[in-house]
Amino acid sequence: MATGNPSVFLLTVNGQIEGANFPEYDNLYCKYCFVYGHDWAPTSGLEEGITQITCKGSQSSHRLIWNFPLETTFKSTNPSGWPQLVVSVYGLDVFGNDVVRGYGVTHIPFTPGQHTRTIPMFVPEPTWRLQKFTSWLLGRRPEYTDPKVVAQGEGREVTRVRSQGFVTVSFHIMTKDMKKLGYDTGPSSPLNTPSATSGWSTEEQQYTT
Amino acid sequence: MKDQQSSDEDPGETLKRTLKAQLQRRKKRVLERSSAQGTHVDDYDDDDVEEISTVQQRSEDEGPSEKAADPDGLSRPPTGSLRGLSSRIQHTADSQHLDDFVTRRLEEKRRAARAKVENAQPQEVSPEPASRLQSLRDRDTVTRFDRAVDPERAGRQDVPPTLSTRVKFREVARRASKGVPTAEEAYNFFTFNFEPDPQEETEKISRKRKKQKKASEGGDEEGGEDDDEQEDAEVDEGNQDEHEDQSEEAPLVRDEEGDLFVIEQSSQDFLEVKKAEYIGYRKCIQQESELLFRPSFRTVPTSIKLPENMKPRFLEDEGLYAGERPPVSLTNENILENRILKTEEGKKWFGDDGRIMALPDPIKESSTRPPLFQMEEDVDPALHTVYRKAVKSKYAYLYIAGSADPEGDYQLDVDVSGLIFSHHPLFSREHVLGARLAQLYDQYLTRQHNNLTGHLTDKLNGSRIALRNMLNVHGSQSLTPVMQQRISEYSLEVRNTRQLRDSEQEKDRTLLKNIVKVWKELKAQRDLQKYTNTPFKLYLRRENVDRASDEREYEDEILAEVVELEAESEEDYQRKLAEYKTQLEEWKLWRRKQKSKKKKKKKKKKGQAQDETEEEDEDQEASESEGPVEEGHPKPEPPEKPDFDSIEQQVREKASRIRRKPGEAILIPELSASGNITASELCPRPETARREDVTRRSLFIKILYNDKEVSRTDSRSLNSDFKVHFGQIFNLKIVNCPQSISLQVFEEIGSSCSLLAQVYIPVPEPSVLTGNGTLEEFEFSSNQRVMFDHDGVGSDVPLSFEADGSNKQTLLTSGKLSCCVSWGIGEDDVPLAPPVSQQPGGLHSGLGRLDAVTYIGASGLYDMKKIGEWATQSRLDPNDPKNGSIMQLLKLASSGEVTAPEYFRLEQLQEEFNFVTDEELERSKRFRLLRLRSQEVAEFRNYKCVPALEREVTDKVFQEYERRLKEGEEIDTRDHLDPQRARKAKQHQKIREAVINRFILAKHHFLLSDLVIEEEIPSIGILGLNLFKLAEPKRPLKPQRKERKKVTAQNLSNGDIKLLVNIIRAYDVPVRRPQSGPGQSSQTAIQGSDWLISQVQVRPFVEVSFQRTVLQTTTAEGPNPCWNEELQLPFSAPNGDYSTASLQSVKDEVFINIFDEVVYETGVTDKDKGKSIHTRVEKHWLGSVKIPFSTIYSQSRIDGTFKVNTPAVLLGYSKERSHGTNGGYDALRSLSEGAFITLFITIEPQLVPGETIREKFDSQEDEHLLQAAERFERDAARVYLDRPCITTVIDLNGKTVFITRYIKPLNPPQELLDAFPENSQEATALVARFVSLIPSLPDRVSFSGTCDLWSTCGEFLTLLAGDEEEHAVLLCNYFLSMGKKAWLIIGTAIPEGPTAYVLTYEQSRYLIWNPSSGQYYGQYDTFCPLQTVGSLVNADNVWLNIQEYTSPMTINFDVSKANLWKPFFSRSFTHPGLSSVQPEQLSYKRADKAAAADLQDSIEKILKEKIMEWRPRHPTRWNRYCTSTLKQFLPKLELSGGQDMAEGHRHELQSLLGDHRISGFPLHLPFSEIGPIIEAVHSTGVHNIQGSNVEFALAVYVHPYPNHVLSVWVYLASLVRT
Repeated sequence: MATGNPSVFLLTVNGQIEGANFPEYDNLYCKYCFVYGHDWAPTSGLEEGITQITCKGSQSSHRLIWNFPLETTFKSTNPSGWPQLVVSVYGLDVFGNDVVRGYGVTHIPFTPGQHTRTIPMFVPEPTWRLQKFTSWLLGRRPEYTDPKVVAQGEGREVTRVRSQGFVTVSFHIMTKDMKKLGYDTGPSSPLNTPSATSGWSTEEQQYTT
Repeated sequence: MKDQQSSDEDPGETLKRTLKAQLQRRKKRVLERSSAQGTHVDDYDDDDVEEISTVQQRSEDEGPSEKAADPDGLSRPPTGSLRGLSSRIQHTADSQHLDDFVTRRLEEKRRAARAKVENAQPQEVSPEPASRLQSLRDRDTVTRFDRAVDPERAGRQDVPPTLSTRVKFREVARRASKGVPTAEEAYNFFTFNFEPDPQEETEKISRKRKKQKKASEGGDEEGGEDDDEQEDAEVDEGNQDEHEDQSEEAPLVRDEEGDLFVIEQSSQDFLEVKKAEYIGYRKCIQQESELLFRPSFRTVPTSIKLPENMKPRFLEDEGLYAGERPPVSLTNENILENRILKTEEGKKWFGDDGRIMALPDPIKESSTRPPLFQMEEDVDPALHTVYRKAVKSKYAYLYIAGSADPEGDYQLDVDVSGLIFSHHPLFSREHVLGARLAQLYDQYLTRQHNNLTGHLTDKLNGSRIALRNMLNVHGSQSLTPVMQQRISEYSLEVRNTRQLRDSEQEKDRTLLKNIVKVWKELKAQRDLQKYTNTPFKLYLRRENVDRASDEREYEDEILAEVVELEAESEEDYQRKLAEYKTQLEEWKLWRRKQKSKKKKKKKKKKGQAQDETEEEDEDQEASESEGPVEEGHPKPEPPEKPDFDSIEQQVREKASRIRRKPGEAILIPELSASGNITASELCPRPETARREDVTRRSLFIKILYNDKEVSRTDSRSLNSDFKVHFGQIFNLKIVNCPQSISLQVFEEIGSSCSLLAQVYIPVPEPSVLTGNGTLEEFEFSSNQRVMFDHDGVGSDVPLSFEADGSNKQTLLTSGKLSCCVSWGIGEDDVPLAPPVSQQPGGLHSGLGRLDAVTYIGASGLYDMKKIGEWATQSRLDPNDPKNGSIMQLLKLASSGEVTAPEYFRLEQLQEEFNFVTDEELERSKRFRLLRLRSQEVAEFRNYKCVPALEREVTDKVFQEYERRLKEGEEIDTRDHLDPQRARKAKQHQKIREAVINRFILAKHHFLLSDLVIEEEIPSIGILGLNLFKLAEPKRPLKPQRKERKKVTAQNLSNGDIKLLVNIIRAYDVPVRRPQSGPGQSSQTAIQGSDWLISQVQVRPFVEVSFQRTVLQTTTAEGPNPCWNEELQLPFSAPNGDYSTASLQSVKDEVFINIFDEVVYETGVTDKDKGKSIHTRVEKHWLGSVKIPFSTIYSQSRIDGTFKVNTPAVLLGYSKERSHGTNGGYDALRSLSEGAFITLFITIEPQLVPGETIREKFDSQEDEHLLQAAERFERDAARVYLDRPCITTVIDLNGKTVFITRYIKPLNPPQELLDAFPENSQEATALVARFVSLIPSLPDRVSFSGTCDLWSTCGEFLTLLAGDEEEHAVLLCNYFLSMGKKAWLIIGTAIPEGPTAYVLTYEQSRYLIWNPSSGQYYGQYDTFCPLQTVGSLVNADNVWLNIQEYTSPMTINFDVSKANLWKPFFSRSFTHPGLSSVQPEQLSYKRADKAAAADLQDSIEKILKEKIMEWRPRHPTRWNRYCTSTLKQFLPKLELSGGQDMAEGHRHELQSLLGDHRISGFPLHLPFSEIGPIIEAVHSTGVHNIQGSNVEFALAVYVHPYPNHVLSVWVYLASLVRT
């Protein structure tokens, strides 16, 4: 519904968690969730999810493919606390325990259109070496208390992490009423706006003209 | 004295000189008036006198004024006074009488002036106070000046010394010696004697004075003087100067004579000539010693310096500050002291310490640089300041405007094709000639090409024809003036053209001749040297012509020219003739005049003598009288007739000179370079050397762009023909404006290279592109002097081709460089040239005008004025859209709206970067909301979805917050009903806020464990246990509750959290009492029979209410019901904030109420014939259990059997156990009374309880003790996980305090002790009751679970709120003071969780006191809420329970047994004697009965209103009779402590209200505020009884205890008329 004076703007995130590149591990699955500020509320779609377990193909690429769709719509009044996508990758270790293989986070892109993000992943490190051994033995690697920790900047200085691999996510972003609320996130030159964007964008253009 | 005089002198002289220049101008006038000189002097004298009388006030200038007043040398120092004297003598010499007169006059005048001075002198001295703000030097000057003047005057002039000045000097001296010498005077004194420096200064000043004086003499300064006065003065000066001038003009000898004469005269007049006197040395000394005083330089004894009988006093020794004295040598000081002592009152100069008084040392500690006073030339040349003009780097950073891309959109292509030397040092002679030949030939070619001669010939012919035609047409006819004009114009043009042609022809001819000549020379040279160096060959092509026609043409040409020339000369002649005639006329006229004059003269002088001559021809006369007599007009000569023959002659001559002879073949020279050059082998040595040298040379060219070398060509060797070909093109990508492009030609010999020449190339027009640019030749030359010893001619060396060496030429290295500079063309044929408007090829100024940055500099852009200036100068097109912004800016600037700031702003754009202004930020509600949220203000900490628009933010949002802010100041008495309590609550609130702030701060500090879950390193034991676990059965028969996964609270929302309450069973629910009233209805009979039959005594159900959600179980039957039902209650956090801190501060309580469901049959309607029975269900409250949410949250589950809080009296019910005697249990039950309920409560999902604050609090405890305490607690926690052990606690100030400091005997209120003086048992109970009446406010709630704060008993009683610890401590302290053995039990209880109880030991048994309820339990009481005992605390020690079991029933409380209780302080670590933190004594306020009564009334009123409010659809009737009866019961209940009063009540009520069915109960609460009371009343559900005939009774009683502890009783009853 197109009201003249919107009080919220909408952000639709479509896309997929395409896959990952973890050279050392196989049989991984991925969890995702969104982290957003106080002024944000999801209106539709899944806020969190978990993918299938995938193994590397025999092809040379050695990429793990999930192709897990994301489709969420947020509404908000304030760009502060822009949603972030937190992904965490898990896999089974030799003893069959679920072990975290990486955490990563990326902001949902601001600008409408298609984006691809490669998220570097990392895991917390055991505080000392003996723990590293025991954690391996017991299959209880250090984990974040909450994967959402990676989306916050506070308190990270106490942790030590090791980088692990990469997860590739593609996004298709649509926004509605952002401009009307005074937030211009569009590409800098209007010529570059793809004409084939969805109805929302065109709708908006109609308003503005 | 001498030098002073001289220096005094020359200012006077200089002044004079300056004046002289001025006066010279008036000299003439003075000359004219010189006859009247005397009168002038007279005038002057009068004026002077007058003037001085006016001057009298000017005290300081008096001296000089006097001197200046008689300028004729009276005061003039003799050394320099010659002129003055001479001038005076001049008078005498010139005119004796005048001189006399003047001198007399002067004498008079001087005397008068002196008189004036005498008068003025005392005036002068006296009005000059010591304090006058006059520089000291000025005053010094006065004395000095006079001194300087006086003696000379006296000595030399032999004028009696002016007494006045003497007097004045003495006056000063006396003044100095008289009175207390001030610092000023002391200064004078010192400087006077020792320092020569100020003299110069004084001199200067005196000089100034003089000048001033002179000026004032002229009347400039004195207002009273008139202009003519001034003139007079000037005249006088002039007069004086005139004398000088006269003397100068006069013959020298006379002057000298006069001079000598003056001396003679003066010596005769003033001096006696005597024989030279000799005074012997001794005598001299003797005489001197009489006259002079020589102070000795011995030290003066102190006693002399001080007044008698006085001891020297040293200020420094007395500790006073005495400044450092200036360093003076001891001898000098001694001399000074001696001298001072001789003077009268000399002792004044000495201080108390017997030393001369002195100011502190004026010398600065650090040296400062003194200013240089010397004149410029005195300064050491090395120190001269050299001015160097700032050099502006011209071309750097002048970017081409509009080039957005710094990579450079523009490209210059520099094509260096090559160069040819027209002279080179290595040229041989032949080369020189060859070069010349080539040059000439080039010239010839260009001339041929231009063919100027041809053009001019054609033009000439054309004009001639035209002229001829014109003449022919008009022929003989009279010509119109227009035609004449035209003809003359044509002829003029013909003449000009002809002349031009002639000169061109001549040039052609000479060029040809030169070529031939040079060629001949070249050939001669070749012949001479016998080899050829140059390939030049000149061919002269002959072109034969038809001789006849050629001759004819030639003749025609000459003829035509001759005719023309003739015509011209004729014309010329005519014009000249006309001119001559007019001149002749004039001359004749003049001549006649002259003659007549002469005649007169002749007649006069010589009479008739020359009469004949008069008749002479005028012409002759004229010729005769020409010249010598007068230089009048020369007689005009008649013009010569043009000589036409000569004209023809001339024309022919010229023609032969400049033109080919008729019939002669036309010579066309052709120069070819096809000649052979003699090979080097055949050449002589010098030539080969030269050639070798040539081959060694190579050249390259550097390309400089804006004076920077950008590239260079390859170096190419020099050819023998001195041509170098480069053929290289350089592409310059440019960013800066091209200012200059230059090519530097370098010559390389071996490895060394030298600059030959530099060629500047103009920057091309933007239209000149690489394709269309043409090669241009640029000449260059170098004035380097080069000489060779071989055949090379060198450069700048004279050389001659003549045999005799004459006609020397000096040749300089020169040549032509051929190159081309053009703008490049881009890939897509886009010219890489700047736009035409920004043409870099233009002048620099033009360019700068177009580019503002270039013009005013980048910094100037902020200066509006400069921009404006620039805009006007560059004449910006205001219509150009490109200039739009600038024009707008200028408009703004000129309108004065925006003025460029005059100050410097560090952050220029700060304002622009501000999001909004501060005011707007303050005003906006939305921003306020956002800010409050980010500040984590409690109300907004978790505010979701702040509206995007300002208007959507309602004021409501802030109401609560603002109210809270307002409350900060005001005390809301409405909720509290008691101002004192309100104040306490406020205080509590403040403490709470402080702690919360601290907590919020601490919350942002993260630990690793907050972020990362990591397995602890397993010990071997745990590892083994884990291994053992593997063997455990997968599905055990008796499963235990497993720990659920805990959920962090941050991402929860409303409805996510549920409270699970599992009601299992209850014991000993009160049963209904059969009504035995007289008016028993049939129903009761039935009931009674029911009871008899089915023994249904009670049908209880449980209702759980939490956050106004009410759920109930099914109804069970009997006094020991079993429900086993789970109820789920939703939970919502305040403000939707599910953070830990917020959850911990939830104050809601879970009410678990037990009701009895009573079913009444309202009667069987007859219509249905008894088929339907109408029943009414009533629920009667039996008791309740309250569990705070915070307890559930922190415990995460509550599991156990609780005592139901039943009212003391339950009308209609009996607590007595019914007849069912099921033996075994009785034994246990008899130990306690009341009903019990078994519950399990938890939160789903399990929330992570808040952790205690980790902040390390500062402490005043000994570090040793703290470490021990920490160790003790750690050990306890490691071994006994479930046994709480506390050794240190945090007090209200946030400091760590050892726990034993809290335990100290403290007196309970005396009133309580007095109540039961004989029964200590009763008193103990009363004290416990008193303690329990203090409202309980769990710390976890009040302080957001951050930490457990322990307040001292004093603070506790002041705050009147606290949790179990405070209650327990207070109770324990009371018991101790009552002489009991008491301990604090730290343990866990239900439902409180970790808590503190009190243990007493009396009558050989241990009693466990619940401090919050005031009840006590025996050690073996089954229903004792205390579940585990962790540790015991008393004033001396802390004991940790190390027994096997923790339940109070199973442990031994004997702390002396070390194997059961581990003491904190042992023999190894003794009690250090910690003092108590508790106050010495507690003072209590007496119970305030009046306040209690007030409170009672208001509570009753509020409750009644509330009940009516809760029953909105039914009338609420109050039974007054019942109410008053109930009111009487309440005090009794209070007295009895709520024990065993039920029977009496019922009987009384029964008798009163026989016909009513009553159900009611008293509620008892400690008073904190009204809210809990209302809540409690509401939870009983009394108001829910419906029915038409129901009445209510409500009675409130407030019993005051000391110190504002209040016990509130509310009696509620419902009456149903039966």
